[in-house]
Amino acid sequence: MSTGWPWYSPAAARSVTEPRRSLTSPGDRPSVAVPSSPHTSGGSFLSRFLLHRNFSADRYAKTLLGVAAAGFLLSACGGEYTQSAMVPRSDFARNVDELFRGIFWWAVAVFVLVEGALLVAVLRFREKPGADEPKPVHGNTVLEITWTLAPAIVLILIAIPTIRSIWLVDRPPTTEAMVVEVIGHQWWWEFRYPELGVVTANEMHLPVGRTVDVRLRSADVIHSFWFPQMGGKRDVIPGHETFVWFTPDSTGRYTGQCAEFCGIAHALMKMELVVEEPDAFESWAESMGAEVVLPAADDTTESGALLAAGSRAFMSGGCIACHTIAGTLARGVLGPDLTHIGGRRTIASGILENTPEEMARWIRDPQAVKPGVLMPTMGLSVEQIQTITTYLQGLK
Amino acid sequence: MSAEAMHTTTGLPNRKILMWAFIGSECMLFGSLIITYLVYRGRSLTGPYPEELLNIPFITVTTFVLLMSSLAMVLALSAVQRGDMKWTKLWLLSTALLGLVFLGGQVYEFSHFYHEGLGLSTNLFGGSFFLLTGFHGAHVSVGVLWLLSLLGMAMRGRLTPESTEIVEVTGLYWHFVDVVWIVLFTIIYLLV
Amino acid sequence: MSGGGSLYGGGLWSWVTTVDHKRIGILYGVSALIFFLVGGVEALLMRLQLGSPENTLISADLYNQLFTMHGTTMVFLAIMPLSAAFFNFLIPLQIGARDVAFPRLNAFSFWLFLFGGLFINASFFFGGAPDTGWFGYANLTSTQYSPGMRVDFWVMGLQVLGVSSIVAALNFIVTIINLRAPGMKLMRMPPFVWMTLVTSFLLVLAFPAITVGLVLLMFDRTFGTVFFNPSGGGDVVLWQHLFWIFGHPEVYILLLPSLGIVSEVIPTFSRKPLFGYPFVIYSGILIAFLGFGVWAHHMFAVGLGPIGNTVFSATTMLIAIPTGVKIFNWIATLWGGSIRLRTPLYFALGFVSMFIIGGLSGVMHSSPPTDLQQTDTYFVVAHIHYVLFGGVIFGLFSGIYYWFPKITGRRLSEGIGKLHFWLMLIAFNLTFFPQHFLGLGGMPRRTYTYQEGMGFDDLNRLSTIGSLILGFSILVFVYNLLKSLRSGEQAGPDPWEGATLEWSISSPPPHYNFMSIPEVKSRDPLWHPGGVVVPDAAGEPLMPGPSFWPVVLAFGVLLLPVGALTMLPVVFAGLAVVLVGIYGWAFEPAEH
Repeated sequence: MSTGWPWYSPAAARSVTEPRRSLTSPGDRPSVAVPSSPHTSGGSFLSRFLLHRNFSADRYAKTLLGVAAAGFLLSACGGEYTQSAMVPRSDFARNVDELFRGIFWWAVAVFVLVEGALLVAVLRFREKPGADEPKPVHGNTVLEITWTLAPAIVLILIAIPTIRSIWLVDRPPTTEAMVVEVIGHQWWWEFRYPELGVVTANEMHLPVGRTVDVRLRSADVIHSFWFPQMGGKRDVIPGHETFVWFTPDSTGRYTGQCAEFCGIAHALMKMELVVEEPDAFESWAESMGAEVVLPAADDTTESGALLAAGSRAFMSGGCIACHTIAGTLARGVLGPDLTHIGGRRTIASGILENTPEEMARWIRDPQAVKPGVLMPTMGLSVEQIQTITTYLQGLK
Repeated sequence: MSAEAMHTTTGLPNRKILMWAFIGSECMLFGSLIITYLVYRGRSLTGPYPEELLNIPFITVTTFVLLMSSLAMVLALSAVQRGDMKWTKLWLLSTALLGLVFLGGQVYEFSHFYHEGLGLSTNLFGGSFFLLTGFHGAHVSVGVLWLLSLLGMAMRGRLTPESTEIVEVTGLYWHFVDVVWIVLFTIIYLLV
Repeated sequence: MSGGGSLYGGGLWSWVTTVDHKRIGILYGVSALIFFLVGGVEALLMRLQLGSPENTLISADLYNQLFTMHGTTMVFLAIMPLSAAFFNFLIPLQIGARDVAFPRLNAFSFWLFLFGGLFINASFFFGGAPDTGWFGYANLTSTQYSPGMRVDFWVMGLQVLGVSSIVAALNFIVTIINLRAPGMKLMRMPPFVWMTLVTSFLLVLAFPAITVGLVLLMFDRTFGTVFFNPSGGGDVVLWQHLFWIFGHPEVYILLLPSLGIVSEVIPTFSRKPLFGYPFVIYSGILIAFLGFGVWAHHMFAVGLGPIGNTVFSATTMLIAIPTGVKIFNWIATLWGGSIRLRTPLYFALGFVSMFIIGGLSGVMHSSPPTDLQQTDTYFVVAHIHYVLFGGVIFGLFSGIYYWFPKITGRRLSEGIGKLHFWLMLIAFNLTFFPQHFLGLGGMPRRTYTYQEGMGFDDLNRLSTIGSLILGFSILVFVYNLLKSLRSGEQAGPDPWEGATLEWSISSPPPHYNFMSIPEVKSRDPLWHPGGVVVPDAAGEPLMPGPSFWPVVLAFGVLLLPVGALTMLPVVFAGLAVVLVGIYGWAFEPAEH
């Protein structure tokens, strides 16, 4: 998956990311600073070390520059970014990407020219012993006009595609688009498809090739809706309705997350986007629209008994104060809709795999998984947690 | 206090330039408050609304009083400049008293609104109105205290014909506060 | 060395009551450096937390306090007062004056700054520090979403600091307009004086906007008004406008003093006058002017509509032009010079080269569509640090190395200074350059953790390593500072053969600065024979005596927010102290 970006090179990245865990324990860190400070004891080692023995900081610098160069080589590879803004997968993202490429290369050109001129000036005009005092030049109007106009021209060349792009992405979509209402909550996402009658949370589904008109509202504070591969972010503002639109052009799973600081669990306010073929999307919507197929919950079989117990525990355990499961007593609106929770890939707004173990861990102590989350610890017994997990896992 | 004795580059006294620069800053302060008021005009979700409360004839009278105080301030300056300390004191006192009358009008207006059910937190109009006019009222109050201090100095003979500068600077402040009120009067009462 | 001993001698009380601009400058500088270390420790803690994925070193709650306080501290308590330290120490010396226009007001500004800074930081000991970001976006700052006193500390502390800054700026406006030595026409003023003047105007005009925003927020939190409460019809976006109408000029408030410093250092060490002086000055003024017309570029993601975005994009791009003009003129100053590579110049060159990078990434997000990808990511974190650290901090260090001999009479060690420079330059790039890639790779800012496998691990580790070296480089500087204070080489009045008036008097200067006020005949008075004429002295000049009223008044102002957070009687006590302070001040007999 080559993108043409000099630093996005998955192949190179993989070789680098392998020893990922080696440096992660906090105890290792202080040693990191050591290479630059020679092992010497006593407060005045610096002065002894630096000021005598013909010390030259500039010579020292060459070693340090070598270290830095190695660092940049590493930074040019980086990891394999799973939600990179540099891997566009929609018309909006591609538009931005193309615009950015243009500006990026202009910036590189200016960088090389100006830093080059600076470097040449410093190296070429160093003080020479016995040389005359330099000529006191005060200025040159032609030069001033030149270096006023030159950047102006570059900026115009950047401004033209910029403005073209603004007028493309900032107005409402022209094609017939599917409306999805996105409501930001502390710290999860609600998705509503008014045309389909679907309500879900934290996992958004879209058909490939169809323009989506995302209408953004907030239930509490300001959030920002951002799937980097679908394009730029748009703030979700209480008291306002904002919008953003794009047309996904490749199927796949994409991650996104809140991009405006919104309180303690901001870092863990994630979401997923599933872009699928139109018929797959249709069948997803159909399954979501239908009343949930409640698993056979009767006491005649062992699994049935477990489900029935889970349902009872859920309905009586306080869960329904915040959660909705369509067709049941559970009609709370403060937390995510759980009608089809069993069918989602993740829980807790994109931070845990949706497995029975993880779900049980989550229900047992949400604060431990996601500090600050508004879901309280319900004080359920181990058995209740197990039955509720089984019940919820069954809600496909 | 060594400032006055010093030779200055522009020939203007330091304190006068200080006051002008301060007034520039105050313009931005009141500008931001006025923008807030204008942004929220007509956006209150509940009453009481401005058109139900604002008493334009009454405020026109207090506005006139404040304008007259500016006139008195001019006369005070002119008196101190020609060395007439008796009339200086009299005009300083008049300026302060007219300012107090204006403040009294504001106190009456505030309490009247409050009895009509408009508090700070009632709606956007309440908040932005009280804040904007309250900020202005605080400026008038500071001005009155300042004028009375000058008067006190004059009574104790510490305000001399040589110290016209401080009266002039006071006047700058006082006229500025008046001008701000003209703007507020227009925006809050006339454009309702 | 006449007057050297008396300038810094005297007990604690003499420092508390001083009205000497040089001593106040040192007070500002030392306080700012201490706050800089505090803000740096906060940054290092954050970097340690982010050094590995899903790290548990620092809790989410503490992390949010740290990034809020890091931003607030660095902007309001480190960079601004460090600039103020230079304003204080240098402006009277550079314009040929004996002090600022209002020496006691100057002392008042300092004490108010110190009290305001201590007040905000005291929050750490009373239920936690502010945790809603240095930008404090409404309505997260409401009592509903931020109960407790954390945000109150921030709201009230910033108001105190705002008053301090406005008062200081008014003082410098008057000083520069009115106290110049004879012959020091506006277009003969050193560029640092010019940039101080422009910065002061920015302060005076920009701070009221945030003051109003803070007052509205304070009323919302204290009296239940609905200015930023959507359920009462309030508009949370109004906060953003008020904040950034202040906030963007604030960036230039931070930047312009460094531009001024660099415009002094480069000519001195190139042995050539500043190339295109009027263009450098005018572009500084233009930057400040345009700075008021670009605020909404911080709000492209709000969705202002195509017209708003086009306008603010265009004004933002325009700023690149005067900025470029400055850089080209600096290079032209170096060109054809006889460059003496001393530490002040090292840092000035570091400033120019890093600032170019920050400027170029700035152009990238002046384009709204690309900004939509970059805003609120680590790309912007990298950008602001290239401007504020690579730019401003390098510039301020250049100033410290340049004027330390004037301030103390001793030179900083060149050898340690160069080590400091190279360590800092390399560590800085190691810390912040990778953050560009992290941002483009999809890492949002203000997140206390990231999950393994998102591709963020390596570069974050690199950045953390860089930050530790960066911290070490600051220790090298502190070591240099302490060592050179005790045993640095004697500097003499003019160690760098500078062109401006401060180099014509002893180091440190006598408390009255100039025995007799010089007459200036040239833009680079000390570089031209007859560029400065010193009339015969008429005996030692009389200087204003010390006063304790500034600190009393500042203390009274401090009692207001303290009372607001504790009990009402303290507020009244504060008001009483303020009143007594003002009258005591106004009627203090002038003693010499």
